[in-house]
Amino acid sequence: MLRDTVNTGPAGDLTSPAGTGAPAKGSKTGRKKTDKPTGTARPSLGARLRRDWQLLLMTIPAIGLLLVFHYVPLLGNVIAFQDYSPYVGIADSPWVGLSNFQWLLLDESFWDATLNTLSITVFQLVFYFPIPIMLAILLDSVVRPRLRLFIQGIVYMPHFFSWVLVVTLFQQMFGGAGLISQTLRENGRRGIDIMTDPDTFIALVTAETVWKDAGWGTIIFLAALAAINQNLYEAAAVDGAGRWRRMWHITLPGLRPVIILLLILRLGEALNVGFEQFFLQRDAVGRDAAEVLDTFVYWRTLLTGEWSYGAAAGLVKGLVGLILILVANKVAHRFGEQGIYKKS
Amino acid sequence: MTTTPAWAERPTRVGALLKGAVLTLIALSVLFPIYMVVLTSLSTQETVTRAGGLVTVPGELSFAAYAELFDGGVVTRSVLVSLGVTGVGTAISLSVTVLAAYGLSRPGSLLHRPMLFLVLLTFLFGPGMIPSYLLISSLGLTDSYWALILPGAVTAFNLVVMRAFFMNIPEEVSDSARIDGASEFRILWRIVLPMSKGVVAVIGLFYAVGYWNSFFNAVLYLNDSAKWPLQVVLRQYVLQGQALVVGQSSTATIAGQSLPPSLAIQMAIVVVALLPVLFVYPFVQKHFTKGVLIGAVKG
Repeated sequence: MLRDTVNTGPAGDLTSPAGTGAPAKGSKTGRKKTDKPTGTARPSLGARLRRDWQLLLMTIPAIGLLLVFHYVPLLGNVIAFQDYSPYVGIADSPWVGLSNFQWLLLDESFWDATLNTLSITVFQLVFYFPIPIMLAILLDSVVRPRLRLFIQGIVYMPHFFSWVLVVTLFQQMFGGAGLISQTLRENGRRGIDIMTDPDTFIALVTAETVWKDAGWGTIIFLAALAAINQNLYEAAAVDGAGRWRRMWHITLPGLRPVIILLLILRLGEALNVGFEQFFLQRDAVGRDAAEVLDTFVYWRTLLTGEWSYGAAAGLVKGLVGLILILVANKVAHRFGEQGIYKKS
Repeated sequence: MTTTPAWAERPTRVGALLKGAVLTLIALSVLFPIYMVVLTSLSTQETVTRAGGLVTVPGELSFAAYAELFDGGVVTRSVLVSLGVTGVGTAISLSVTVLAAYGLSRPGSLLHRPMLFLVLLTFLFGPGMIPSYLLISSLGLTDSYWALILPGAVTAFNLVVMRAFFMNIPEEVSDSARIDGASEFRILWRIVLPMSKGVVAVIGLFYAVGYWNSFFNAVLYLNDSAKWPLQVVLRQYVLQGQALVVGQSSTATIAGQSLPPSLAIQMAIVVVALLPVLFVYPFVQKHFTKGVLIGAVKG
């Protein structure tokens, strides 16, 4: 939830691979470097401290913030195993073992929320995922650089709008008093209110996600397209391959590693469909359609004050998410793809 | 100026037309709602009434809605809150991130691996909403603006992107300065940062947009409605006001007066929420395509 503060979208997910790959790779080259001046011996701790104290000092504020606002609450998850009461505190609240988790697994509304979350993930894999790819190929085919830059500028923009703003704009277009209804009524028909219809909610949130993030999602694919060797296209064209055949035999294979990588990341995030988007629309369409795991945690805890129960639900979601991303990565390696963590 | 290579077939007329139409449609799907909202916010009450809602054809224009919004009251205050949080938050986030990105840019330095590990591990497992909430309240930060800034002050993603950029700067550049006895802080300030304007602009934009758009932290941590940032006000008076309230009783005090808020005023709030993004964005956009992010992705 807190990581959503700066939602960097699909591109955001992408850097984690490179980043997570960095320590192993970096330390190898790093050791080589430090070895140079002193031969084979590693400099003593004192010498390293004297050399690196400024770097340490620079890093401390960030590490401190992460420790306090990420790792301390991470430890706070122990209340999932307690019957926590804010008046007693973590130290004195009674331990209850796994009973919170037991209740959770028997809770029908928890499973409803899980089912909603997974349905939305699957729906978006089919109806959102291919769109940035197609859009990137389309943008890439615009040969005039200024026109291309202009269109890129426009389609990236909604990524920087808040969810409140996006939902508000959609309401103004598709809501009961929105432009569509307004036009329908002017022509003597009945207005429609897509914003409160639970049956079409899954399509609505996907449309919102497409509008907000599909443009931004093209960045990574555009980079992959630019990396394709242009000579391949020329050779294929000379051999008589038309534009569609070139797309099928050169463009798509060129994009394959990126597509697989993003697919893995998305599967690893199967339980994360975003929070604010659903929080904002839950009242309008109702709990049955709009309750996802994150909103479940919020409403369960806030309405009933069951902190331990909420923490247990959050913990289950986090752990399952962790397992999913590790498994997805493993599968990718098995199929000979790069995966999220580079092996090199 | 076209750069179609010689070997490619000429696009057919139908194909070119179709592509143009699709691109135009895509661009319009983004621009048209914004155009409509801006136009409605600038229209007089009569024009809005005649249109029966949102205005698509320009009629008589007026700045009345904005005058009313900035006449003091809830919206004015929330804009100031959002500007303040965005300004202070971005300054803190950017400084902390730049420093740590540089501090972690030299593999093999003392504690480099464990500290980097701490940063990267945040990708895999979030702390969860409930423990975070309990931490903020036990720190006494409930109803404090710091609750909107500190929890998300450092984003591992931004830190890693910037670090990757710093690491791509050839070490020879800073080595000579180091031999001359310059401190690391001086090297960062005088040599590395001037070479990294693009990435600093992009990461700064990410942070600033994050703070400006910050919504749920405010819902969670601020009970005092007088402290609400703009996004919460937007939700309360435009999104919910429209969905739930038919009479405008709850929105009556919107501008500190008992005037019913018109659609123009609602749309003016939307525009105010939109404006800073629209304004800053063009200055930073060119860096997106210049490979600031892509360089990091390639690692």
